Amino acid sequence: MAALRKLLGSVPAWAGISLVAAFMIAVPKIQPIFGDDWLPITTVILCVIYAVFALGLNVVVGYAGLLDLGYVAFFLIGAYTAAWLMSDFFYQTNFHFLSASLPAVFGIHISFWLVIIVAALHAAVWGVIIGVPTLRLKSDYLAIVTLGFGEILPQVVRNGNGIGGFNLTNGTIGIGPVDPVGMGILGRLPLVPHTVSPFDFTVRYYIILALGALFIFVSLRLRVGKLGRAWLAIREDELAASLMGVPLMRTKLASYAVGAAIGGAAGTFYAITVGTVNVDTFTFQFSIIVLAMVIVGGLGNVWGVILGAALIAWFNFTGLTQIGNTINSRFGTSYDIPRYQFLCFGLVLVFMMLYRRDGLLPAARQRKVRAVESELAKVGTEEGA
Amino acid sequence: MSESEVLLDAHAITVQFGGLTAVNAVDFTVPTGGIVSLIGPNGAGKTTFFNCLTGLYKPTSGSVVFDGRSIVGTPPHRIAAMGLARTFQNIRLFGTMTASENVMVAMHPHLHGGLLQTILGTPRQRREERQAKETASELLSYVGIEGMDDEFANNLPYGDQRRLEVARALALRPKLLLLDEPTAGMNPLESAQFTTFVRNLRDERGVTVLLIEHDMKVVMGVSERVTVLEYGAKIAEGTPEEVASNTRVIEAYLGSGATKELA
Repeated sequence: MAALRKLLGSVPAWAGISLVAAFMIAVPKIQPIFGDDWLPITTVILCVIYAVFALGLNVVVGYAGLLDLGYVAFFLIGAYTAAWLMSDFFYQTNFHFLSASLPAVFGIHISFWLVIIVAALHAAVWGVIIGVPTLRLKSDYLAIVTLGFGEILPQVVRNGNGIGGFNLTNGTIGIGPVDPVGMGILGRLPLVPHTVSPFDFTVRYYIILALGALFIFVSLRLRVGKLGRAWLAIREDELAASLMGVPLMRTKLASYAVGAAIGGAAGTFYAITVGTVNVDTFTFQFSIIVLAMVIVGGLGNVWGVILGAALIAWFNFTGLTQIGNTINSRFGTSYDIPRYQFLCFGLVLVFMMLYRRDGLLPAARQRKVRAVESELAKVGTEEGA
Repeated sequence: MSESEVLLDAHAITVQFGGLTAVNAVDFTVPTGGIVSLIGPNGAGKTTFFNCLTGLYKPTSGSVVFDGRSIVGTPPHRIAAMGLARTFQNIRLFGTMTASENVMVAMHPHLHGGLLQTILGTPRQRREERQAKETASELLSYVGIEGMDDEFANNLPYGDQRRLEVARALALRPKLLLLDEPTAGMNPLESAQFTTFVRNLRDERGVTVLLIEHDMKVVMGVSERVTVLEYGAKIAEGTPEEVASNTRVIEAYLGSGATKELA
């Protein structure tokens, strides 16, 4: 392991990043090797969306150390914002703005590219609304309140089909179909379609990949400034941070707002990928799975979180089913392996806590401090012996 | 003492925790440019008094004026930004952050780079960060741990952690620096060096210093005025010599038998 680390350490960061980028760009070409059974392009797209979503949670939990168990709420807000602004759901009006949909269709139709920004801002506003009363709470209490928020919002949506006679959310039926994505002036380029059809997964993949790269960049940049440092300081020692001039409330709110904005953006990606938005998607389990992605990958480390998200999303959507099918056809059994999804998650988390507490790819700072700690522990036992 | 010469003026500070009076009607002033010590037996209420000054506790009654402004009820980060910095009795560094990052955290009130500028990495933000890192580097060498910039705080030896705390407090560009038992765990030589360091700090940087200290050599060697607390009340105040010969103080430290024997 140490040798591998040394080997990887000698590779410059840009080389590693370009290698990963090259791989991701080549995925639609590589994908047929694995086949549609083991690596369907839809799953790859979901992996990227989940990675962006997990990066948002990483800002809250990993950077600022605030446990959020209801983070799915922001994904929901993003997805519904997209559905409201990119479908014929509000048939009472007919508003079009740079949209790829036909002008004759009723409803609100706004360009996807603008909707990302609107949805991110909308989610951020909710992040602040939830944050102001709750961020005075510490650790576990904060977790419980966020858990409540994550439970309440889907209930509101589920029952929001008759708010004073007005159908806001369409209840359990959901909203759809969501407009196709227009490419604007990019559509004039070769190989780029004017409008992304619902079945054009390759182009959709590249759009979401590009946006994912943008959010990776944002996540990395956030660490280097004054705000990122203040977040880390709060995570380490809130009281000391405040005595060093860090305003606790405002700094924590910023992490909530940024995390919520990224979550909201991920929600819009989800809406245009799946095509309809349904409240049953946004369950408590969803929040837990995303938290597991962050923890399994490596709290606070952007690359770890992406790896964790990709692995867990793949297992969730494809891996478990495929492994189950393979086992069943080989041994002639008929186990329903995906049913044991949460058993598997539980086992993974237990093993992670036992053997890799800081995740698959721990943040460098965690790793280096731990290394000295374990070195000291070793010296201690030798002296004791 | 005229108004302009007083940097910190605490008047009739009382702190009660339920039925317990931790600090009882203490008057306390720190002259601008002075080095002042607060001493007293364990549990005398020294740290509680410190916590009132830095905004961690709100005194039950009394007023605190720092640099001409009342700071009772002002949140800690504001007080810090006004130029009142402190170190802690039990070291409270940000363990998984580097020495340089620790110092840069305390520059928070002076840095301007907002969220958007940071994400975009504007030239101004980058320049500001670079300068902050250089300043941090200078501060680290000023406190005697040069070249430790990229070392993680948790991985530093104990003495260096104490120094790092001072560097971090200095990054706030304090007018008043509160040091809570800074020589705890230091050997006599280190304590002596520290005495010189505190005096230089005042002379070179114009920082007023308020110390809580148990090491009497340090207290007598560096302070211009000493205030003694016992059971939350002020029992003596004056120059080190005056305080050292005060019978109440000797009783507080050594018990009433001590003065009888001396007499």
